[in-house]
Formats: sequence, C-alpha cells, structure tokens
Amino acid sequence: MENKTLYTIIVHSENIAGILNQITAVFTRRQINIESLNVSASSIKGVHKYTITCWTTPDIIEKVVRQIEKKLDVIQAHYFTDKEIFLREVAMYKLATPRLEANTEVSKVIRRYGAHIVEVNQVFSIVEMTGMSADITSLYEELRALDCVLQFVRSGRIAVSTSCFERVNEYLAHREERYNKEKHS
Amino acid sequence: MSKQQITGAEALMRSLEHEGVKTLFGYPGGAIMPVYDVLYDHRDRLNHILVRHEQGAAHAAQGFARVSGEVGVCLVTSGPGATNTITGVADAMIDSTPIVVIAGQVGTGLLGTDAFQEVDLVGVTQPISKWSYQIRRAEDVAWAVARAFYIARSGRPGPVVLDFAKNAQIGLTDYAPVELDYIRSYDPDPETDPKAVGEAVALINEAKKPLVLVGQGVELGNAQEELKAFVEKADIPCGCTLLGLSALPSDHRLNKGMLGMHGNLGPNVKTNECDVLIAVGMRFDDRVTGKLETYAKQAKVIHLDVDPSEIGKNVPVDVPVLGNCKRTLSLLTELIQKHDHTEWINSFQTYEEKEYNQVIRPEVFPTEGPINMGEVVNAVSEATRHEAVLVTDVGQNQMMACRYFKFSKNRSVVTSGGMGTMGFCLPAAIGATFGAPERTVCAFMGDGGLQMTMQELGTVMEQKAPVKMILMNNNYLGNVRQWQAMFFRHRYSFTPMMNPDYEKIASAYGIGYRRVMQREELQEGIAEMLKWDGAFLLEVCVVEEGNVLPMTPPGSSVNYMMLELDC
Ligand SMILES: Cc1ncc(C[n+]2csc(CCOP(=O)(O)OP(=O)(O)O)c2C)c(N)n1
Ligand SMILES: [Mg+2]
Repeated sequence: MENKTLYTIIVHSENIAGILNQITAVFTRRQINIESLNVSASSIKGVHKYTITCWTTPDIIEKVVRQIEKKLDVIQAHYFTDKEIFLREVAMYKLATPRLEANTEVSKVIRRYGAHIVEVNQVFSIVEMTGMSADITSLYEELRALDCVLQFVRSGRIAVSTSCFERVNEYLAHREERYNKEKHS
Repeated sequence: MSKQQITGAEALMRSLEHEGVKTLFGYPGGAIMPVYDVLYDHRDRLNHILVRHEQGAAHAAQGFARVSGEVGVCLVTSGPGATNTITGVADAMIDSTPIVVIAGQVGTGLLGTDAFQEVDLVGVTQPISKWSYQIRRAEDVAWAVARAFYIARSGRPGPVVLDFAKNAQIGLTDYAPVELDYIRSYDPDPETDPKAVGEAVALINEAKKPLVLVGQGVELGNAQEELKAFVEKADIPCGCTLLGLSALPSDHRLNKGMLGMHGNLGPNVKTNECDVLIAVGMRFDDRVTGKLETYAKQAKVIHLDVDPSEIGKNVPVDVPVLGNCKRTLSLLTELIQKHDHTEWINSFQTYEEKEYNQVIRPEVFPTEGPINMGEVVNAVSEATRHEAVLVTDVGQNQMMACRYFKFSKNRSVVTSGGMGTMGFCLPAAIGATFGAPERTVCAFMGDGGLQMTMQELGTVMEQKAPVKMILMNNNYLGNVRQWQAMFFRHRYSFTPMMNPDYEKIASAYGIGYRRVMQREELQEGIAEMLKWDGAFLLEVCVVEEGNVLPMTPPGSSVNYMMLELDC
C-alpha cells in the first residue's frame, strides 16, 4: 500500500443547487472516503465554500482536485496538507449534570482541555470545545471513562490557508481582467 | 415601451434561432408538447428531423456536430424520452462532442412527486454531461440557452442537458436575445505558461527521435493547418488516435498511421523508442497506451491540451502546455528551429513493411477465399477518392474501417471512440448527412450494430437521407467472438447471431439494396451504391471468423503487437 496523507481540499463554487452532488461524485468514482465535509457561504457574495478532508496519495489528490475544478460551476479547488493550513473542529459533549456535580474530576478535565460549559440544567450540561481533531477525541475518551457522556457530536473541519490572500478573490479578479483584455484586443 | 410577452416555448425557438440552429433531431411527447406546438410555426426556419427513437436523436446530433463543428441539438420529451438520450449524452461527453439536449419536464409544482414521466434528469445526467440545468421559469429560457450553447461549443466541447419544466414552456416572458461569452467559474482556454512553452521548445529542438500524437483536439480546435505547419517545420512523424485520424491527411509524409490496440505497428512501437513524445489534444486512453507502467518511459512527454484535468491523468507529463492547441501549436512553430529527422522517419519503414506483408496485404488484397472487411473498406475509400465522411459502428467493422479508410479532408471520422457504443453508426450517419450535405457519407457497420438502431431506417426513408450503408455481415458479434477465440478458448457464448433478410428490410423502407457475396462483384456493388440517388444498403457477406490484426492484447505494452493469432 502506498503511503496515504490526510488532505484538506478547499473548494469555492457558485451557489447553485446540485454542486455538492457533483463534487462528492468525484470521490465516489475513485472510491475515496470523505472523512469530513463542511459547506457554508464564503466571504464572497454568492460563492460557497467546501472544506473536505480525505486520506489519499499525492498523485491521486492532484487528479481529484483537477476533476473537481473541471465542474462547470466550481470556481477553484485547492488541496493542502495539515502543515499548510490553520484548522479547527468544533465538538459538543452533553453530560449528565448529576455526574458532573458528583465527580470533581469531570470539570478538571474540561478545564484542562480549554473547553467551556455553555449550558447547565438539572438533567444535562453542554460542554463545547473548539480545537484539533485529536484533542476533541481524547477529551471525549476521558469524559467517557468518567461515565458522564450522554451525547457527543463533532463538526467537520474548517480551515484557512496560511498564505495571506484568499486565492479566489485574486483568481476572479484575474479572470475578469483577462476576459476584458481578450475582448478588446 | 411595452414589449409583447411570449411563451417560454416561443422564447426557446427564438433563442435557438439566435444561436444559428437550423436543424434539430427530436421526438415529441406530453411534457414537450408546448414546444412542439410553437415549432410548428417555425418549421420554415428550424428543420426538425423526426427520428424513430430518442437514442437516434442524440447520435444524429453527434454525427451532425462531428462533421460540421456546430452544436447538434435534440428535442425530446420527459421521462423515457429523456432517458433514451442518455447513451448519446455519455458518448458525447467522453468523445467531447458539442450537443445540446432539450428535454421536457413535468411542471415545477409536480417535481419530486413521482409524477407521470418525471425523472430526475439533472441528477441522472450531471455525472455524464458538461452541464445540466433545469429551466423552471420562462424568463430564464434565453439565458439558459445562451449558456448551454456557449458551454457546449467552447473549450473542450461536450454535451449540455436542458431540463425544461412544462410551466416554463407555457409561462409568459419578455424576450431579448442573450449574448454570453463569459462564465467566471469556467475557463475555456486556460492561460499558457510561457515557461512551459520555453521548456517544450528546448525539448523539441534537442530531440533526435520525436513523435507527435495527434488527437481529436486538433480537429475540435480547428488547428489542422497549425498542426501541419508544426510537424513540417520540426519534421516530426505522427501517430493519430482513432478520433484524430482525419486531422492530418492520410497520405501526408509524416502521418505514420493509427495508434492503439488495433493501430499501426510503426507509431505503436516507436512510442516506446522516441525521446520526446508530443501529445496534442488527446487523452491517453487505455486503448492507446496499453500497459501504463511501460508506456513511453524513455521519453520526455509534452502534452498540449485545453483541459487541465487531462494533464497527468494517465501518463506523467514533463511539460504541460495548456490552452487551445490552435494557439499553442502556432506558438511552438514560431519558436522552434527547423529540423530534419529523415533517418528517424525512415526507421518506421521496417515496421510498415512488416505490417504490410503480414497483415495488410492478406487482409486487403486476398486472391481467394471469402471477402475480408479490409478489402471492402479499402475499395469504398478508393471509390470515393478518400474524400468521403467515414461513419462507423463498433466492433471489428469499426477497427477495420478506421484502419483502412483514408482521409484527405478534415472532420471526416465519426466513430464512437470512448464509449464504443454499438448502434451509433446509422443515426450518426443520418446526422452527418445534415451536417455535411455536400459530402458523401459512408456508414460501415456490423450485423449486430445495425440491428441495434435499425429503426432509424425509417428516418432515412422519410428524410431521404443519402446514407451509403455498408453492412459487413459476418453473422457474428465479431469483435466479441475474436476475444472469445483468443482469451476464452473459442467458447462462442452467444456471439453467433441470426440475421434477417436485409433485402426485404431495405425494400420495406424503399432503400436501394445489393448483396455482394463474391469478390468479383465488390467493385460493381460499390459503384452501384455510389451512383444510386439517395440511401443505399450494400450488404457484403464477409468472412465469418475474420480477425482484426495487429493487436496489442489488453495489459500488454504498446510496442508489443501480435501480427497473427496463435489460436
Ligand atoms: C451497446 C453495446 N453493447 C455491447 C457492446 C459489446 N460489443 C462490442 S463489439 C460487439 C460485437 C459487434 O458485432 P457486430 O455489430 O456484428 O460487429 P462486428 O464486430 O461483427 O464487425 C459487442 C457485442 C458494445 N460495444 N456496445
Ligand atoms: Mg458482425
């Protein structure tokens, strides 16, 4: 087996129904599992941003990204290794309040991870944590060992690249400039 | 100033006319009736060809587009009408053929309810089309049509599907023609990196044994002259892909023939000997490359293509030259030095002679035994002075036709390359007669393929489409039979096939017919077919268990070609 890396793909597309389908189809055709997926509006009006993670090889990730970018309504797609991005996940842990109160160890653990208690009532409390995937997992494991977790949910990864510009802005500006130049030449 | 409002259906007609459409291939049905109703008033400007099955409409549009360079258009109803075009859409996608399929759809109020003849056409076609879009409002028609045509014909061409909801056909809208030549998320002619051009020029200048692979991109980019100028200045021998066969005249000094599994020995062997491989508008299909692990490993690879996703997809590329090859070829030609590669070019000769003696001569010029496919193809090509449009079906007939037909004009090969769609030939040939009405259209097919879309003989009859049909009848699904002989111990599992009486079929449709069983009648039969005013079916009874050779068996290296069968 070739060595696989966890890649983060950032895709910008027009906000048109059905694009998610087209993007995921690229993974399905190559039998690549999507590890996490986050879709939201981007900072540019009318442009959607997808953050996708998957394990694959350098050779395949290149081809996957080109095939995503080929989709007509996709503006740009790039891939990054963890070193090239700043990334976060969000998790929520629903804990049984009586157990939280009975065992002081629980709040110590929560504090140690820099997580916050955002809701408390007699039945349950909610702890929220923003951080790296591994930390989120290990907090979950520690809390579970303390037998207080009622529910656990985590988001997909979101990420920004560590270069200073949002490349899409530049790309769109450049596209338009080129178009105008070609049109008038 | 109040403008008269028109229906979405009428807006479609005007938009099509605005795009320069004069011919469409279609079949009516419930969900597209409002469009057919207004089409009735546009009959004088829009020539609607009624096919006999929607698959035929899609292939006819492909044949039309391939010979004319214009966008082929289909008009069909929702549900089964739409799904019947799917094979053609997928075929057009993989062979980069510009078509626009307009399908009816149930009204937006019924979408998602499993209404009568509702199918999620956008969902079904998204993975196999360049763009699919559902028109839900009459006011979107002009924009959607403009976008559809722009996308279909620009960049790497391909199929576009418009799913036209019934309420949008009936609804009223203002209409103004839409001009569209820019989509910010879509770059039809990516920028060429000057550094890559410099690297390519250096490699080409230093090459001792360069080889050019000519793909359909040359025809699609209208770059046939630019290609010629380039290879002549650099003096580089060329191999053509199946779809690139007519991009360079067959008798050009530098045209060394066809690439691929059943291609010519020279260019295949030389692929693994050359020092610089220059691929122009081709996609390194596995039928061209054979075993990838051993493909052109010794060569530096330069790839000219308009589609960035093709770069390095199958074969690692040293120098990618992005952009329309009409532009990039001119750039290269300007910058390279003049070369003389006589010795290298002459080194192809050994292989040409070997192939001629062992394969071509016995196939094309036998003196006894039953008629071979190769001799039929060669005779038709000569009788049409190599000027005809070749349309083929799929199978042995296709490989033989593409091996032995010769081309002197561009845009002369219409064949289903990437999909290998049996039944493609007859409808595509009908489309070709509309796309190139001044040319002779020769349609070579097998007995299996003809029967897959034989219903289109009805279209031939009604339209008086002058298709010269050459049925090379071997009473077998020959291509599969050949593989069974080679790889499955001659176990002919469901490949012998019973044939109908084609004379009766031709006569039922009022189509000229002749059967040729003897070698002596072949020339005469062909002459009669070509002289005949209109469509003609020439049935040639060919050798039953003939084989297409040479052959690179699947999984073998490109330079290994069997010249005879050892089974
Ligand atoms: C729609 C479709 N079905 C099946 C095949 C598989 N196939 C490839 S060639 C071939 C045999 C073709 O037979 P025929 O049309 O008689 O041509 P021949 O090879 O005998 O010239 C078949 C079945 C195909 N390519 N397309
Ligand atoms: Mg046959």
